[in-house]
Amino acid sequence: MDGAAVETPVFRTEGLTKVYDTGEVKVFALDGVDLELFSGELTVLLGPSGSGKSTLLNILGGLDHATEGRVWFRELELTNLGDRGLTRFRRDHVGFVFQFYNLVPSLTARENVQLVTDVAPNPMRPEEALERVGLSHRLDHFPAELSGGEQQRVAIARAVAKRPEVLLCDEPTGALDSKTGIQVLEVLKHINEELGTSTVVITHAAEIRKMAHRVIWFQDGKIANVDVNETRLEPSEIAW
Amino acid sequence: MDALDRKLLRDFARLWAQFLAIALVLAAGVAVLLMSFGMSKALDETRDTYYERNRFADIFTDARSVPNSMVDIVREIEGVTAVESRVTTHATLDIPGKVDATVAFFLSLPSSDPLLNVPILRRGEWLDPDASDEVILNEPFAKENDLFPGDQITATLNGTKRQLTVKGWALSPEFIYTIGPGSLIPDNEDYGIAWMPERALAAILDRSGAFDNLALKLRPDVSPEPVIDELDRLLEPYGAWGAIDRSEQTSNAFIDGEITQLKTLAYILPPIFLGITIFLVNMVIGRVVLLERTEIGLLKALGYSNGAILAHYLLLAALVAAVGVALGFILGSWLSYGLAQLYATFFNFPYLIYNVSWNTYLIAGLSGFGAATLGAARAAWSAASLAPATAMSPPAPPRYKRNWFDRVLNAIRISQPTMMILRSLIRWPFRAAMSALGMALAVAILVASNFFPDSLDYIIDNAFHQSNRQHAVLFFNDLMPESAVEEARRLPGVLQAEGQQYLTVVLRNEHMHKRAVIEARRPGNDLSRVVGEGGVPIDAQPGGIMLSYRLASQVGVGVGDMVEIEFLGLRQGVYEVPVTRLTTQFFGLGAYMDQATLDEMFQEAPQVSIVNVTLDSAQTEAFETRLKDLPRLAGRVMMLENREGFQETISENILITTTIYLLLGILITVGVAYNGARIQLSERARELASLRILGFTRGEVGYILMGEIMLIALIAQPLGWLLGWLICWGMTESFESDLYAIPLVLKPATFTEASLVVLSAAFLSVLVVRFRLDRLNLVSVMKTRE
Repeated sequence: MDGAAVETPVFRTEGLTKVYDTGEVKVFALDGVDLELFSGELTVLLGPSGSGKSTLLNILGGLDHATEGRVWFRELELTNLGDRGLTRFRRDHVGFVFQFYNLVPSLTARENVQLVTDVAPNPMRPEEALERVGLSHRLDHFPAELSGGEQQRVAIARAVAKRPEVLLCDEPTGALDSKTGIQVLEVLKHINEELGTSTVVITHAAEIRKMAHRVIWFQDGKIANVDVNETRLEPSEIAW
Repeated sequence: MDALDRKLLRDFARLWAQFLAIALVLAAGVAVLLMSFGMSKALDETRDTYYERNRFADIFTDARSVPNSMVDIVREIEGVTAVESRVTTHATLDIPGKVDATVAFFLSLPSSDPLLNVPILRRGEWLDPDASDEVILNEPFAKENDLFPGDQITATLNGTKRQLTVKGWALSPEFIYTIGPGSLIPDNEDYGIAWMPERALAAILDRSGAFDNLALKLRPDVSPEPVIDELDRLLEPYGAWGAIDRSEQTSNAFIDGEITQLKTLAYILPPIFLGITIFLVNMVIGRVVLLERTEIGLLKALGYSNGAILAHYLLLAALVAAVGVALGFILGSWLSYGLAQLYATFFNFPYLIYNVSWNTYLIAGLSGFGAATLGAARAAWSAASLAPATAMSPPAPPRYKRNWFDRVLNAIRISQPTMMILRSLIRWPFRAAMSALGMALAVAILVASNFFPDSLDYIIDNAFHQSNRQHAVLFFNDLMPESAVEEARRLPGVLQAEGQQYLTVVLRNEHMHKRAVIEARRPGNDLSRVVGEGGVPIDAQPGGIMLSYRLASQVGVGVGDMVEIEFLGLRQGVYEVPVTRLTTQFFGLGAYMDQATLDEMFQEAPQVSIVNVTLDSAQTEAFETRLKDLPRLAGRVMMLENREGFQETISENILITTTIYLLLGILITVGVAYNGARIQLSERARELASLRILGFTRGEVGYILMGEIMLIALIAQPLGWLLGWLICWGMTESFESDLYAIPLVLKPATFTEASLVVLSAAFLSVLVVRFRLDRLNLVSVMKTRE
């Protein structure tokens, strides 16, 4: 499906606005964003700090509420869901990867993945998830015994083990050196292709855009530009 | 104010809830310290002052009748500085408008000013030395019976009814704790002290030119034993009961017991609270230092010295101590004042010297600050010794390693959240163990406070329902022929009557000896009996003596050993008998013999010194009225009233102390559980937030937070029961005296209640922290580097 994303929207937003009211000034983190993200697509969000990428990702992932506007996940409108509904939504449909891996230090790699597989409706086996990220040999290691790249791959395994429809990654390579970062990107690409998981990646490393189906540029809470990559590069061809 | 001080105050304000929880635990320790030391000191000082000012005697003795010429001889004993002879008797009173036959202990006041045991006149005027019908009553008794100067009462003295005029009210150092013969607690309504002029009382009792009671004052450097021996030798021909020193004087012995109890409290409780304070401060300041690593690095980079950093964190602990000590001072002062009031109703002091001295406050305050400093020392030191470069980089993540425990956990396949809880316990075993110990101590304190009522119930059941089943005891000043029992049976309302003898003796075995009272009965007596374990009545075997365990251990004898009995007072002589049995007794030092054996020993016709009766409750009034006319009767004890009085007094005290202990137990639990959960939250905010992002519900994440503390609380329970049992055991041991012993009665309900209180308090404390978890901003937690 290289370059030919199926045109079914997974996420749709209408006039999505997020205002942070500090009392003295109102900051528009998102300012009327209309956007569609498609099934099976790998999207990269680019833009300077404070341009609204992370805010969008958090709202899409059900971690935050919009101030105005509406957002749908397929037919489900997220805008009006309460805490219970959003928790359920996250549990059933979304995988997250953060810059800091946020693994539970008291659980081994396998057990960190099991955290998810124990509660998801149709998960893969933890061993399978870890195999997909190339960590079959590190199953029983605690986070402190793993390198940064390995920890991030455990975090990805944990995120995809429940076979989520979307994978939201906020600076997944931000804490890693370039070589390790590429390994992580390969895992993301692999997951996107093998499982057809719609993937959104926020990054500061602009080169990474070259592996995406689509690239969305943010500026001051608005979409500044959208590029579609006709040809995509392999992560191993990218350097930053 | 410089910036570092400002930071200190802001840190303190930010963590106020955690610090308050610690300060309250510390306050409890300081308060109990103040209260028990303050009160025992107040009692001690009040008593000493009272004894000193009113010349409380050092040695007392009773005899049947001793010629006054002996006074001069006694005064010659080496070390004696003053001697006062008196005549005394028990008598029944008829108080106008009162049905009950009241009992009073009459004693003479010398014609000149008394030398010893000087009463304080509280109302009215002194007796006229030549008057024959004047009496001064002890204040509480007069108050209870509304007897004012000028009122008339009738007393049956030496078989004759006499009209007496109340001249005044007095208090005496001899009767701070006034307890009648056969009673368990003071009963100011039915038992009083009556002073009469010596000439008149001696004449009435046919004792002119003689005395039956002697009080001696010694030089401060003289020990009482040789004087007692000499006195006993001198008075032996006159039917002496054997001299006693202050330690055996009833009133003084009770106050001694009370002071000992207060001091025991001061040694047991405050160290528990201070210990828990040390642990909590250590835990919280330790966490603060960990969180402020980079700030510490920054401060050092800016040029702050190690000493300044050390002082900074020690000062934070000192602020906690300041709050705790201040609260403790307020609470402790209020408690000791409250307790002083309680004592005022219990003991008859003319005044209470209540000045908790500044050094008591100083010791309590220093202990508080010391505990906080000790608690903060390790964390403050580690902050001071951090190298700036290390401090600015994040701490190494906690290292978990797989071990046998993990294999066990895997084998039983528990859920990941439960695994997180268990691994955390294993990761910080010291912290978990200390938290468990803290909560266990809370359980123990509650068990210890709850155990008293059960023990007292047991005592009451044993003393009143099984051993002493008579409704009333009639007692006489002299031994009476056994026909007195028949006469008693004929009194109105009497259903059953049984006689008994009380004989004062000294038991001897080699160099050990002990004064005691032998109770002699007929076998099969039903009203007053010794009840063994399992509620089976036991009779003393003919030809031998049965002793309570406490008495036997004081004389150093066991079953089968011979013990020498020296009879004093009413019957005289020295005999040797075998110890036939030992038994458990809670009141007094029990010694029991078969009455026929005694009659045979003395080759006398059967005699009794008391008669126990049961009554038809419809005829109690007629019974009481008739008692007032019995010429030989010295007094009576109504057992039902005695029991009710005992229960009332005890239950009031228990309600107060149980409430205090309940609060203390809750304080400890809240201090430990709340701080434990807050630190959990601080350490785990990140992983709990990531679980929420993974789709775990608030409840599931809350389970991890609450689970660990609640698991520790559960683990603490059996330990708490054990510690509680130990404390109770320690208390029964330390409270044991010649007057009474407390049985160790612990019911399952005591443990259950203590556990329920601690578990509920822990649950509520953790729940408060869970609400904080619910408000956690998931995104911001995840975006920050730890």
